[in-house]
Amino acid sequence: MLVNEAQQTVIKTTDLSVYYGEKQALKQIHMDIERNSVTAFIGPSGCGKSTFLRSLNRMNELIPNCRVEGSIQIDGIEVNTDSVPIEGLRKTVGMVFQRANPFFKSIYENIAFAPRFHGMKNKGDLDHLVEQSLRKAALWDEVKDRLHDSALALSGGQQQRLCIARTIATDPAVLLLDEPASALDPISTLKIEELIVELKDEYTIVIVTHNLHQAARISNQTAFFLMGELVEMGNTSNLFTSPQDKRTEDYISGKFG
Amino acid sequence: MSHQGTEGTLLTNNVQTNNIENATAVTAIQQKLTTRNRNIYRENLFGRIVALICAALLILLVLSITYFIASKGLSTFFVDGVSIKEFLTGLKWDPEDEPAQFGVFPFILGSFLVTLLAAVIAAPLGIGAAIFMTEISPGFGKRVLKPVIELLVGIPSVVYGYVGLTLLVPFIREQFEVLGFSVLAGGCVLALMILPTITSVTTDAIEAVPQDLRNASLALGATRWQTIWNVVLHSALPGCLTAVVLGMARAFGEALAVQMVIGNTTKLPESILDPISTLTSGITLNMGNTIAGTPYNNALWSMALILLLMSFAFIMILRIMGRKKLSNR
Repeated sequence: MLVNEAQQTVIKTTDLSVYYGEKQALKQIHMDIERNSVTAFIGPSGCGKSTFLRSLNRMNELIPNCRVEGSIQIDGIEVNTDSVPIEGLRKTVGMVFQRANPFFKSIYENIAFAPRFHGMKNKGDLDHLVEQSLRKAALWDEVKDRLHDSALALSGGQQQRLCIARTIATDPAVLLLDEPASALDPISTLKIEELIVELKDEYTIVIVTHNLHQAARISNQTAFFLMGELVEMGNTSNLFTSPQDKRTEDYISGKFG
Repeated sequence: MSHQGTEGTLLTNNVQTNNIENATAVTAIQQKLTTRNRNIYRENLFGRIVALICAALLILLVLSITYFIASKGLSTFFVDGVSIKEFLTGLKWDPEDEPAQFGVFPFILGSFLVTLLAAVIAAPLGIGAAIFMTEISPGFGKRVLKPVIELLVGIPSVVYGYVGLTLLVPFIREQFEVLGFSVLAGGCVLALMILPTITSVTTDAIEAVPQDLRNASLALGATRWQTIWNVVLHSALPGCLTAVVLGMARAFGEALAVQMVIGNTTKLPESILDPISTLTSGITLNMGNTIAGTPYNNALWSMALILLLMSFAFIMILRIMGRKKLSNR
């Protein structure tokens, strides 16, 4: 039973608190995130959901005066510690940002960028990886004839899928998506959502979203954050149909937020 | 102009009600839409005229300087009958000889050599300092390094020349057992002088790289150095090139400091340890000895014309690079 449970949970946080200077942005979060599932974080702006996401690959360390206390275990390994190399952690826990941020390079170079750092030099291997990554991100057919054009010539939705492909190319286990579709039109958003559902077979996906319908459509688990606290987390259909907490009910029924 | 006075007349005189006057009731919105403040209009016109005059003066100034230098400089070829090819490629400069020799190739070579050397020395230093100031230690960089570099701009060029003459020339003399006055000395002094330009323009270019790109690179598991080298510098590359060209343009035109350490011979150098002349040092040293209108004097104007054309070329390079930068975004 125990082994089974360990296999089921990939990320486990215990007493995770984040401070920006004196201000506490996250209060003792306990959370288990299941393998090969989509977990959505919802909540009003400033509730700490993005802060929590950024703690998982230690991107918060880039913010001055930010402290992350508590435990984050990935497959049982404590990662909220300097003894784990940060480059390895970020390679394993990939991240896609709210605004598509392709490098000022070609489509090919955007994807080959990180694998080169992680030691892949052979051109054949790189070519193969670029194609695989673009295919997984459902972008290959659209860009296969112009791999060496600037990535900035792509549309917003394509750029965001390129960013997903770029992250996939580092062979991560977990994908953190920070409102990946909030700047996109409905059709591009739909493509990203389809992609996320497809990708969960291979990756564990954690997504922050402002769009409750999006969370309901694509996630298996939903966590509701409010003012730095994890109010409620559970099976998405349960949470949306019969929330246990009054505050969750108020939020998903549109009474605030 | 008293503002209270203008406000007073606004309601009575400046309200243009036009055809709305006949209407029984003028709504507040109608009144707002149709009111024109003549004073504002007049001030606006005044401002436009002043700006136009300033701009026209500036253009006139540039055109007349260009015309003046060109008319003087071209008379070497059209009045004194020196062939352009001989002038540009001739190795012998002896304007007082019989027949006079006007070969300015050594000057041109000298100008290019010291400019290139200065760029080669100053570009890595300036870009490195800019990286330090923006990426590695922004706090210390902004508080200490930036003011220090800005101070370098304020030092007069004669002081740079004097320091070069007192420290650098003897140092080179002792180290390499040569004269000391040399291309190397000129390049080093110029490098120091263009370092602030390169550093500050590169700093601006690096700061303009969106933070998003750094985050993207770090989130992919790249180290800080990999991020700086491959993402930040790569994205800021057009800006860095602009910085270097801007510095080279400055180095090419600098006269005094170079003249003090370069040696001012017209013999072609065999290495960067030999002395040479530049276009600028040639002009400043010889100008006083010539009489206006003589072939000697005209030849110096021709050298000035070459300098002017070179600075136009530098500006054009910068323009083209600027346009490229825009089309990349």
